[in-house]
Amino acid sequence: MTASTQTAIRIAGVKKSFGKVQALKGVDFEIRQGEYFGLLGPNGAGKSTLINTIAGLIRADAGQISVLGHDTVTDWRTARRSIGVVPQELVFDPFFKVVDMLRIQAGYYGCGKEVWPWIDHLLDRLDLNDKRNAMMRALSGGMKRRVLIAQALVHKPPVVILDEPTAGVDVELRRALWSFTRELHAGGTTVVLTTHYLDEAQALCERIAILDHGEVQLIESTEQILARHPFRFLTLKLPQGIELPQSLRERVVGEKNGTLELKLEKDKHPIGGVFEALRKAGIAVEDVRTREPTLEDIFVELTSD
Amino acid sequence: MTDLSMTPPSQVPTMDVRVGFMTLLKKECKRFWSVLGQTVTAPVITALLYLLVFAQAMQGRVSVYPGVSYTEFLIPGLVMMTVIQNAFANTSSSLTQSKMMGNLVFLLMAPIGSLEWFGAYVCAALARAGLVAMVMLAVTAPFVHLPLREPLALLAIFITSAGSLAVLGLIAGIVATKFDHLAAFTNFFITPLSFLSGVFYSVHSLPKFWFNASHFNPFFYMIDGFRYGFFGAADVPIAQSLLWSTAFFVIVSTVCLRMLITGYKLRH
Repeated sequence: MTASTQTAIRIAGVKKSFGKVQALKGVDFEIRQGEYFGLLGPNGAGKSTLINTIAGLIRADAGQISVLGHDTVTDWRTARRSIGVVPQELVFDPFFKVVDMLRIQAGYYGCGKEVWPWIDHLLDRLDLNDKRNAMMRALSGGMKRRVLIAQALVHKPPVVILDEPTAGVDVELRRALWSFTRELHAGGTTVVLTTHYLDEAQALCERIAILDHGEVQLIESTEQILARHPFRFLTLKLPQGIELPQSLRERVVGEKNGTLELKLEKDKHPIGGVFEALRKAGIAVEDVRTREPTLEDIFVELTSD
Repeated sequence: MTDLSMTPPSQVPTMDVRVGFMTLLKKECKRFWSVLGQTVTAPVITALLYLLVFAQAMQGRVSVYPGVSYTEFLIPGLVMMTVIQNAFANTSSSLTQSKMMGNLVFLLMAPIGSLEWFGAYVCAALARAGLVAMVMLAVTAPFVHLPLREPLALLAIFITSAGSLAVLGLIAGIVATKFDHLAAFTNFFITPLSFLSGVFYSVHSLPKFWFNASHFNPFFYMIDGFRYGFFGAADVPIAQSLLWSTAFFVIVSTVCLRMLITGYKLRH
């Protein structure tokens, strides 16, 4: 799905403090309709505060947020009707069965029996069919996570916010959820994802904002972010007891089981130069690999104090 | 397009407020209905035990109104006391539990306004209180015949009284950050005021100081007005009871709606 030029979520000058802690220091950015957008940041960066402000759980001290052009304060009913939020915590109501919970959630958004077939479809797509009459408290963590996703989608929102949806889930479910959200996006839905798994953001998101200390540090397409950092990594396995020459030792960023990882700036440190230095030192390399920087490498560089 | 296509951005429907209200009301009713043993049976049994003990101990010793036995006098008061306590418990426990469990976010994120929220919680509490009252009256009916002289007054005092306590329960649920706070509200406010409201006696039998003090207890007017609905006689005129219970309802509702609209302790 190609993102349109129209805005799905507009965030303008949003500030929020909790006592003396300034959680958001004037955040400004826009998410386009049909975009798969990643919101990243370390713990305490302000991601959840921002998402909760969009969802109406937190009231901003200053600034404005609109969803599909509907202001979240002055036109809050339509703004909230336009979004579905998957909360980070595994919250549930212990009094109800899965299917009842989904029907109740649809009712909260003004949807009646006409959406029950859609709810059945969601149960089917999220592999919850055999749990439809199970009590919420009896479900495993992974099943509860699926129900939370279904709850966010019962009213067919054009904008979906997933706040760390794969936190604590096993690999199989994680992959299933990736595939599910990709399909959502392919259907034209704007998807906003926060996650601590940076490989997830790299695999799924078209554009990424990195938030740190309550401010947007960077907002670019995933490709641009990956391309803008002019370094690559070289992994060398040396014979036992052999040390690198001093000129290369300062570029080592990791060492494990006799394998060294060197961080090289593409312009300043050509790989050929490394091998030349090794040759001069009379070192025969046992194994060699290169890799391009991942989003995680760039994230660490941007958010490290 | 896939079979997971959502509503197109330009076609998001406006919120149907009635559906939101009715859903929340039904959900709150289902919540207490799913644990009837706790929400209806237990309070009815407790009230019947009070009836058994006090009726046995006091029957024949106390004459309250001419032609009305002590047991007859006691039942409406006990019913109203149980109504008061259950209306409060319904809203306060539901809201506090949702806060503690974290599932209140589903409601807070939904396009449901403060008035619908307020109305649905209060109506569900009225339903539980009404059910408790009817079960109590039905269980005692074979043993004691209660006249129903002023049904409209009875209904009015029931709605304003149970409504007031339901709203107080909402306020307590909003303010409480743990179940301990709720227990303190119940043990130090609701229970003492309901026990000292003339359930077991006529305030005319009290010393002057306590007689006067009772008139500042809003629960006294609720109990007395409810009793009037059955016997057509009470310690104070029904208009005074209705005025007190209605005024109390208006005051607590104003405070509660203000809390809901501003998001006090709900939205940060």
